[in-house]
Amino acid sequence: MSIFLTKDSKVIVQGMTGSEGTKHTTRMLASGTNIVGGVNPRKAGQSQDFDGKSVAVFGTVADAVKETGANVSVIFVPPKFTKDAVLEAVEAEVPLVVVITEGVPVHDTAAFFAAAQASGKTRIIGPNCPGIITPGESNAGIIPASIAGQGRIGLVSKSGTLTYQMMYELQDFGFSSAIGIGGDPIIGTTHIDALQAFQDDPDTDAIVMIGEIGGDAEERAAAFIKENVTKPVVGYVAGFTAPEGKTMGHAGAIVSGSSGTAAAKQEALEAVGVKVGKTPSETANLMREIMQGLSK
Amino acid sequence: MDLMEFQAKTVFAKHGVRTTVGAVVTSPEEARAAAEKIGGRVVVKAQVKTGGRGKAGGVKLASSPDEAEEKAREILGLDIKGHVVKILNIVPAAAIAEEYYFSFLVDRANRNYLCIASAAGGMEIEEIAHTDPTAIAQISIDPAKGVDEAKAREIAVAAKYPADVIDAVVPEIVKLYDVFIAEDASLVEVNPLVKLEDGNVEALDGKVTLDENADFRHPDHAEFEDVSAADPLEAAAKAKGLNYVKLDGSVGIIGNGAGLVMSTLDVVAYAGEEFGGVKPANFLDIGGGASAEVMANGLEIIISDPQVQSVFVNVFGGITACDAVANGIVQAFELLASRGEAVSKPLVVRLDGNNAEEGRRILDEAGLAGLERVDTMDGAAKRAAELAAK
Repeated sequence: MSIFLTKDSKVIVQGMTGSEGTKHTTRMLASGTNIVGGVNPRKAGQSQDFDGKSVAVFGTVADAVKETGANVSVIFVPPKFTKDAVLEAVEAEVPLVVVITEGVPVHDTAAFFAAAQASGKTRIIGPNCPGIITPGESNAGIIPASIAGQGRIGLVSKSGTLTYQMMYELQDFGFSSAIGIGGDPIIGTTHIDALQAFQDDPDTDAIVMIGEIGGDAEERAAAFIKENVTKPVVGYVAGFTAPEGKTMGHAGAIVSGSSGTAAAKQEALEAVGVKVGKTPSETANLMREIMQGLSK
Repeated sequence: MDLMEFQAKTVFAKHGVRTTVGAVVTSPEEARAAAEKIGGRVVVKAQVKTGGRGKAGGVKLASSPDEAEEKAREILGLDIKGHVVKILNIVPAAAIAEEYYFSFLVDRANRNYLCIASAAGGMEIEEIAHTDPTAIAQISIDPAKGVDEAKAREIAVAAKYPADVIDAVVPEIVKLYDVFIAEDASLVEVNPLVKLEDGNVEALDGKVTLDENADFRHPDHAEFEDVSAADPLEAAAKAKGLNYVKLDGSVGIIGNGAGLVMSTLDVVAYAGEEFGGVKPANFLDIGGGASAEVMANGLEIIISDPQVQSVFVNVFGGITACDAVANGIVQAFELLASRGEAVSKPLVVRLDGNNAEEGRRILDEAGLAGLERVDTMDGAAKRAAELAAK
């Protein structure tokens, strides 16, 4: 078991024939993902070869879904075309849409998220995220599958490389699922959504939550943990040294006035009993202690 | 990107919002000339991208061209929360009857848009929120539906704008929403939105934040870029397409991925406590695919920062494996040498993740002068802080 993504997931890739799409489709296939098709209106009816495996290209998401029964779409199209690509997947009622693309205008994200909410059929992860991996089963996105294997820790993170770092530090335990939700101001799946899913997942024993400056998602996640999460949660927050008013890489990572600071987030998490590490390694050690305690 | 007031008002005017853009000047003499041209009483307003200008003495009334010149002289060069005033906006003094607050913004929590409006205005909204929270209306906007006249009326009523201004304010709200969407703004704030003595409603001030991710559909937004105000290192980094933010410390930082780099800054600052408060000198994210050229460009920017005493390269090999990054570092040294710029500052490199062993071997064999390898993030941060403190 896992969250959102399993060995039964049938994955299509929008933007598969582009350079990023091709590179990562190759990697996803290599890590065992069941990729059933790609989408490119100009290459409909063709197929693309990935190290000996041929993947069909469809003209539309609807065609791909109809022909293959796809239930996950991973999107690699450039920012200009991302809104239309996501809307197409939402209209085709694809249950899970993972938007890897970085640099999507926030109004475009607001529009496709509103469409997904209105339809009620689609969960969006991202944009500007590394995607989700259920080690040993499926990998929808760009998280390197070689870092860590299957295990019983759930990981949710705003940051891609911190996801990899944390998986690496805890590779001896492994993960049920690891999900990078992205650091944009509007994201399709939040810390809270992932926490709820990990809480409900019988194969997840404990959760690592990685946050960063900007907004109040971590504070809201803390309130949610207090009411709804009984599994142990360990947290990490990046950006204590970030100055006010400067965007730190991610579009959403900005401290404005006294809101969005790392200190406030740490305080909120600790107030509900979440242990927060000062560094990624210290955070991993906190989780290590919890997992060792659970296995006794 | 935050706009200055006159830029925000220019954008408002483009969408038909009632406002007075006035004159934009950079010297007391120009301020006098502008005041003469406008005639009557004028307001001299500092153009800085921060709030609280009035309190800081950055907004002054002048009743004559002489006085406008004098006030301009006082305001130019003023430091308002770290922003030095270089530009002034000269506008005719408006006959204000009432002041209100109005804004549209992206609501991160609810993942839609929010309108915040209040009949109390003229001061910081945080202050109003503190003194009288019931005076503020927060109206959620569905991005799929937007703001039409009916929604604008709903907002105006919820904000408790007086009955006699509602008809005048409704079209302004619709046009401000047009600014918010059409210009790809993440914030449109009018404080104050005023009722003039003649009954008209006008945006007396404006604050707009543009979404840089949408620059591809707004080539005209490039003109708002305030190149002169940017830190020279930040400007140089931007020209090279690097994601760089200048900070005050002495440990130069290069890493891959925004979250990891933010984390690196923190870890260096913690480690630095032991060495008399050594701090990171910058944020620099070279992204997932750290090519030799990007690494060289990054190193070049960082070693040209005179405050930098040591450099910490913190890379986790995920998509790009560590051997590729190590080769990138070696080639970056060569590239910099060919540009006539030796890496003169000690460099601590931490490589971990995919193909870390191979990457470390490449670095060891290259034997680069001044480069030290430390294999854990915390350990490397400590060493870099120690070197900077020497």
